[in-house]
Amino acid sequence: MSDIDKGKRDFLGWFLKGGIGALMAAVLYPVYKYVIPPASGEANVSQIKLPFKIDELKQDEKKSRIFKFGRDLGIIVVTPNQEAKAFSALCTHLDCTVQYRNDLGIIWCACHNGQYDLEGRNIGGPPPRPLEKYAVHIDDTSGEIFVSKA
Amino acid sequence: MKLFYDKIKRFFVPFAATLMICFVYGYAQADNCLECHSGWEDDERAPSALFPTDVHSQAGLGCSDCHGGNPDLEDMDDVRRSKGYRGIPGPKEIPAFCATCHSDPNYMIKHNPALATDQFDKYKTSVHGQQLLGKGDIKVANCVSCHSVHDIASPQMPTSTVNALNIPKTCSKCHSDAAYMAGYGIPTDQFDDYVKSVHGHALLDKKDLGAPACNDCHGNHGATPPGITSISAVCGMCHTLISDEFAKSPHKKAFDEMGYPECEGCHSNHLVLEPQLYWVGITDSSLCVNCHSADDGTIALATADKMHNSLQALYNAYDSAETKTDDADTRGMMVTDQRFTLKEVSQAIIKTRTVIHSFNADEVEKTAAPGIQTADKVYQAAVAKIDEYYFRRYGLGIATLIITLLAVMLYFKIRSIEK
Amino acid sequence: MENQNTNSSTFMTRLYSWVDERLKINTLVEYMSKKAVPRHSHSIWYFFGGMTLFFFIVQVLTGILLLLYYRPGADSAYESVKFIVSEVTFGWLIRSIHSWSANLMILAAFIHMFSVFFTHAYRRPREMTWISGVLLLGLAMAFGFSGYLLPWNELSFFATRVGTGMAGALPFVGDFLMEVMRGGENVTGATIGRFFGFHVAVLPGIFTVLIALHLFFIQRQGMSEPLEWATDTKITKKYMPFFPNFILRETLVWLVLLNILAVLAVFFPDGIGAVHWPLGEKADPFAPPPPVIRPEWYFMFAFQSLKLIPAHVLFIEGELFGIIILSIAGLAWLVAPFLASRKPEGQVSHKLVVFGWAVVIFIVVMTILGYILE
Repeated sequence: MSDIDKGKRDFLGWFLKGGIGALMAAVLYPVYKYVIPPASGEANVSQIKLPFKIDELKQDEKKSRIFKFGRDLGIIVVTPNQEAKAFSALCTHLDCTVQYRNDLGIIWCACHNGQYDLEGRNIGGPPPRPLEKYAVHIDDTSGEIFVSKA
Repeated sequence: MKLFYDKIKRFFVPFAATLMICFVYGYAQADNCLECHSGWEDDERAPSALFPTDVHSQAGLGCSDCHGGNPDLEDMDDVRRSKGYRGIPGPKEIPAFCATCHSDPNYMIKHNPALATDQFDKYKTSVHGQQLLGKGDIKVANCVSCHSVHDIASPQMPTSTVNALNIPKTCSKCHSDAAYMAGYGIPTDQFDDYVKSVHGHALLDKKDLGAPACNDCHGNHGATPPGITSISAVCGMCHTLISDEFAKSPHKKAFDEMGYPECEGCHSNHLVLEPQLYWVGITDSSLCVNCHSADDGTIALATADKMHNSLQALYNAYDSAETKTDDADTRGMMVTDQRFTLKEVSQAIIKTRTVIHSFNADEVEKTAAPGIQTADKVYQAAVAKIDEYYFRRYGLGIATLIITLLAVMLYFKIRSIEK
Repeated sequence: MENQNTNSSTFMTRLYSWVDERLKINTLVEYMSKKAVPRHSHSIWYFFGGMTLFFFIVQVLTGILLLLYYRPGADSAYESVKFIVSEVTFGWLIRSIHSWSANLMILAAFIHMFSVFFTHAYRRPREMTWISGVLLLGLAMAFGFSGYLLPWNELSFFATRVGTGMAGALPFVGDFLMEVMRGGENVTGATIGRFFGFHVAVLPGIFTVLIALHLFFIQRQGMSEPLEWATDTKITKKYMPFFPNFILRETLVWLVLLNILAVLAVFFPDGIGAVHWPLGEKADPFAPPPPVIRPEWYFMFAFQSLKLIPAHVLFIEGELFGIIILSIAGLAWLVAPFLASRKPEGQVSHKLVVFGWAVVIFIVVMTILGYILE
């Protein structure tokens, strides 16, 4: 084989190796990124851990907080009996976000004065249905709050 | 003789028994009224046809319990002459007629303890009551005009003329009839306006029983317009926060001093429509310039301008965030999280529109700001999605380039091997 | 000058002798290096087996990656797939490639099978290769059926309900089979569990064994030569070495396929036309079924033909009759090599060829009808 041909062969050989390397990189890069878990963590939302502990919540002036529960908003409330209760925060009238009125001891909707008791039952105003109730579990040692659909 | 006696016994005893049964049955059959009247009344809307559906009939009452007279009698003249016969009451007598039972707590407790017994008292305070009982005007509404008669149903029943969904039509029977209402000096377009209003749509179209019908603002038995000073209290029963904001605002004192209705002035009473952005501002079509001018010595129009701008900025932020999200959506990217966060922006819009009633530009600005921020975040996220869309195509281009080059080189390698 | 090439080859040579010392692979490698692939006008079809294998390898790799995030169960399956597609970096790519490669694998398998049939490569002595191949196709379709349910969306829920319901139409074993498939009377989370177990454990295991056998048979027996070469002495028989010529060509084909997969995944992440798998809504067993329920395209011919059979044929229930006919045809297809072996070497059974064309036309027509007649 002539030198030129040999040269071509070598060139082709190196180019091929380089090409294969590039292909490996192009394939392995997405795989590498894929394998690293994304920031949002978990997929499913039938149970979540709230980003605050029960003591924080009890010390809150408003004694309640809104949290994100999958695609919905939820509200967690500390009742006068120091019980933690959680409900869907979407008013059953026209979907406004409800709030806890610890002065009145009810869950209240500012849009049209809808009122719910601390079991989620609609007791006044336009809301036609009770609020969906969630189950609350508090870890005694760590104080973490877990909310799940009842 | 014994045979004859036997025969008579066999015949007589059943005969006598039958007679006795008829007598007893006749006595037990107390309501001859319904018996006779259903015999000769053949209209399907006649009292005897309707009465079995009436709530009074279901409570065990009969014709004579209201109309008096002796229900055992068969002859109408005898009935008329009998004790306690009241006959058919005329319009002026109807309220007192119904009140005989309905205003008697001791009587009502036997049939429906939860039912109020103040209807007649309230009626006497109402415009209808004052016209009828005070001036003898029989054109106005009495109990029967709204509740119907002989087929009265509980207001919870969908068939009741005073069921929430039916009340606007019941009231408009008179109040929308221009010929009938001539001479009273009040408009007759309330129903037409109401049907176009947000409350009318909510109640009549969407069947939202939380929306007000005529009686929710005007009262039912004590029906009266709420009055200039009290109408905001009525609106404030549902729109509590807005009422609170307004009470804090400089408009409250001003309106009260002028005797100007608080909510009605801008929002109308019956034709309550979706508020528009241009109502607040300094343009000619705004509501503010109706009272305020640039040189009236107040900060009114300056405030109006600022509030308009705050709300406009919020609306714009929402719209551009939504448009960008739609953009990403049509490109096939998943935007469910963005749509969810946009709901938060909607809430901020509701809050800002509430705080507008404080007529305090700083408060409005403070309420709108978080909403604008969130909308911007959604916008950025949607832009990121669109960038991702292009990144994918760009990445594909690079990968294709690499693969194509490699394929070409491989082809040459094969050629060179086979030479 | 020589050193550049010998550095790597010295390493390879040393590696080779290290392995050979322990496993005595020299004779095997010698044997394999002599393997030749016939070159003729129908050589192109030789690539389709490798294409199927390529797609299978892609399935295994992307499947393993999906396994990192997928969670079976009625409460988590849909959510986890949504998570993969929307949150995980390049998750959309992995899932999309997995879906496309599945469909392309089955397509390649069908083409491979029919090309083998019409070039008569299944004939003696390659009967076992043919049978293992047909079984592999069946397994591939089982892969497709079980995998389709795993996202637990509306589309797949109803398709699975109809599909498993048809199994229930079989006599005697029908109800039992349906219950075992579904993990209960109805399609529920229990069905996901079963299908998942099948899809990631049982089927891959059996498939790997069968494909190893299939490849072993091919390597041992060499590639099938055209029918004419056995009888016609005047033809010059051309061959190319398996290593490296055919392998390099195969690699080229695989590269092109990889690119096609990437393009499809980016431009049509949810499929296209009849081959559509948008994630859509989560399965709701209580919701009314959508107006059109379709099986995947490779089942469509069976689905459609069963639909077209009248309710009763003679005294047998229509669906059952259809299943029996299809089963008989499938069985005939499976044992085709034995039906063909009656003919002497070099001659083809015309009846079998006609049967083959009948099958192809039937499948194509029924599939098309399935899509236009809805």
